Amino acid sequence: MTLLRVADLTVTLATSAGDAEAVRNLSFEIDHGEILGIAGESGSGKTMTALSIIGLLPYKGKATGSIYFDGREILTSSKKEYRDIRGKDIAMIFQDPMTSLHPMLTIETQLTEHLRHHRKVSKGSARQSALELLDTVKIPDPASALKAHAGQFSGGMRQRIAIAMALACDPKLLIADEPTTALDVTVQAGILKLLRQLRSERDLSIMIITHDLGVLSSLTDRIMIMYAGSEAESGTAPDLLLHPRHPYTQGLISALPGVARQGKVLTTIGGSPPELGNFPTGCAFHERCSYAQTSCSLEVPSVLQVSDNHRMFCPINPLAEKSVK
Amino acid sequence: MEPVPVRTFSLRKMFTGTGFFPFIVRRLLTAVLLILGITFIAFSVTQLVPGDPVAANLGQSAYSDPEIVAAFEKEFGLDQPVPIQYITYLGKLVQGDLGVSLSSKRPVAEDLREYFPATLEIAMFAVFVALVLGILLGTISAMTRDRLPDQIIRVFSLTGVSMPVFWTAITAFYIFFFVLGWAPGTGRLEPGAEPPPTVTGLFTIDALLNGDLSTSKEALSYLLLPALVLAVYALGVITRFTRASVLEILGNDYVRTARSKGLSEFTVIRRHVLRPALLSIITIAGVAFASLLAGSVLVENVFSWPGLGQYAYRSAVGLDLPGIMGVSMVVATVFILMNLLVDVLYRVIDPQMRDAG
Ligand SMILES: Nc1ncnc2c1ncn2[C@@H]1O[C@H](COP(=O)(O)OP(=O)(O)OP(=O)(O)O)[C@@H](O)[C@H]1O
Ligand SMILES: [Mg+2]
Repeated sequence: MTLLRVADLTVTLATSAGDAEAVRNLSFEIDHGEILGIAGESGSGKTMTALSIIGLLPYKGKATGSIYFDGREILTSSKKEYRDIRGKDIAMIFQDPMTSLHPMLTIETQLTEHLRHHRKVSKGSARQSALELLDTVKIPDPASALKAHAGQFSGGMRQRIAIAMALACDPKLLIADEPTTALDVTVQAGILKLLRQLRSERDLSIMIITHDLGVLSSLTDRIMIMYAGSEAESGTAPDLLLHPRHPYTQGLISALPGVARQGKVLTTIGGSPPELGNFPTGCAFHERCSYAQTSCSLEVPSVLQVSDNHRMFCPINPLAEKSVK
Repeated sequence: MEPVPVRTFSLRKMFTGTGFFPFIVRRLLTAVLLILGITFIAFSVTQLVPGDPVAANLGQSAYSDPEIVAAFEKEFGLDQPVPIQYITYLGKLVQGDLGVSLSSKRPVAEDLREYFPATLEIAMFAVFVALVLGILLGTISAMTRDRLPDQIIRVFSLTGVSMPVFWTAITAFYIFFFVLGWAPGTGRLEPGAEPPPTVTGLFTIDALLNGDLSTSKEALSYLLLPALVLAVYALGVITRFTRASVLEILGNDYVRTARSKGLSEFTVIRRHVLRPALLSIITIAGVAFASLLAGSVLVENVFSWPGLGQYAYRSAVGLDLPGIMGVSMVVATVFILMNLLVDVLYRVIDPQMRDAG
């Protein structure tokens, strides 16, 4: 059953050079209890997609299209309605754990304030939940952690606290923006295990943005690859990882590091991703694509259904043609 | 978690430690050195300016009588060499004796006790108004960024910081006294009215302590206009500064996190934004308070407010060395206390400062 359906999402941002579309006509779905992975080079619009779902685009950012969540359209809902969804039904873990926790408030305040706001529980029972959450994310000595401030924890611990914070109101959808990028391998493994466990225990749906092949292959059910604000290809995780069709996906997957380094220049795809406001015409990827033909710079690629659960946006890729026949 | 360190008393720790007490001890020691430095500078400056304090304080005929001049110089120690005068001054200062004013012929300490509370009263009122209103307006301005309320507030705060205090004072006095007749007039109370018995020296409070509500109200009505005029500049500064720092904090990731929790905008601003913003606002408030003391000289003269500003003005014109020194000491002490207060508040607000010392 579908929990989230994004259709034709276009995000316009204000830049110094005028308005520019950071996300273009993006459509995807997430089912109840499903984990969707989103990958793509830096600047491909992953974070902006996430922020438009939770309704927190940067100043002067605008989203159009449709975001259908849990039975209703939320993109057009009022500020008040959005506040009631945020933190309660949709929670988000942000990209950088070093800056996303408040430096001056105690962990207790940060873990309980939205719980008390949404669920109207007492201070004592909110505190009790906070202790349990910290235990769930395996923070040692939860009682003294509650009294501490973010500055007293390492990056890995802060990310766990951020996860605990996101889970406080038992959301239906968790959006995690590169939750493991800043962490070392053992901590990463712990967090992935935790996310898997939460999905099966709470039927939580997760949208996880990552550059990490390990995360994509071990955690996600489905994967969507983004390029220049649009979908390049999407499919079930094993299918997409083992049989990528789109030239960009092929390059990306072969270049994904085992341990992701954010912003790393891809070695097997020449050139660098286009800048916001300067996306090439036609297929945005054509300038870097070794299969590109003249028509690629003219026509916006239409969808090509590779199989039931696998589609891509590249009509002329010889590999794709072969598989379709 | 690190283990809690066992606290043992050590004299060395009192000066080098990171706790609150060593911090205060260090600051007070610095304060003493600062005051010493300020006496030296003030003393030197008054010696360097051209002019003869004797001529300034004796009448024409008295000045032409060498005997009177000699007696005057002897009485105030002006016949001694300057370094001796300075050391004598310091020696008395330690005992709390600020010397005798050349112009009022009264002990300077007594003069200050009379004039300083008047200034303190309008200054505190002005700072209070500027802080409360400035933080409120600055926050509204930042929250409505580029929209109408923001634009209106920005015009007003810019006007506030651009108008010379003297001009504001005269204009306000003209409009509210002569034209509208709302302001009661100059001074601290109706002419001839009995001031309330001195406790704090602040008439509004002393009258209240005396159970005299009507005098308190009257004192307040006299206080209002000069205090508001004095507040204008600081209000402009604090409003503009609050807007800038709230905008800066609003751009932080942790504010986005707070919003992602679905908290009300009021909670986000009050709990997540204003607290870090206060850190920088407090610093600027200290600076604004300083400018306010400077402005009080002008405002007090326009409103005939019998405060430190007027006293400073009279001492300066009369080359009244003990008077000038006394005012400098008071102003320096106020500055040092303000700085100390700012630093203490810093530590209260920011846990990182507390942890780091
Ligand atoms: N506040 C903003 N104003 C204008 N443009 C922005 C803003 N934030 C991000 N952008 C731009 O929007 C585009 C998409 O950014 P987004 O953060 O979604 O990329 P991303 O795929 O998450 O990249 P990364 O992997 O680096 O996190 C980028 O070109 C970025 O520079
Ligand atoms: Mg991102």
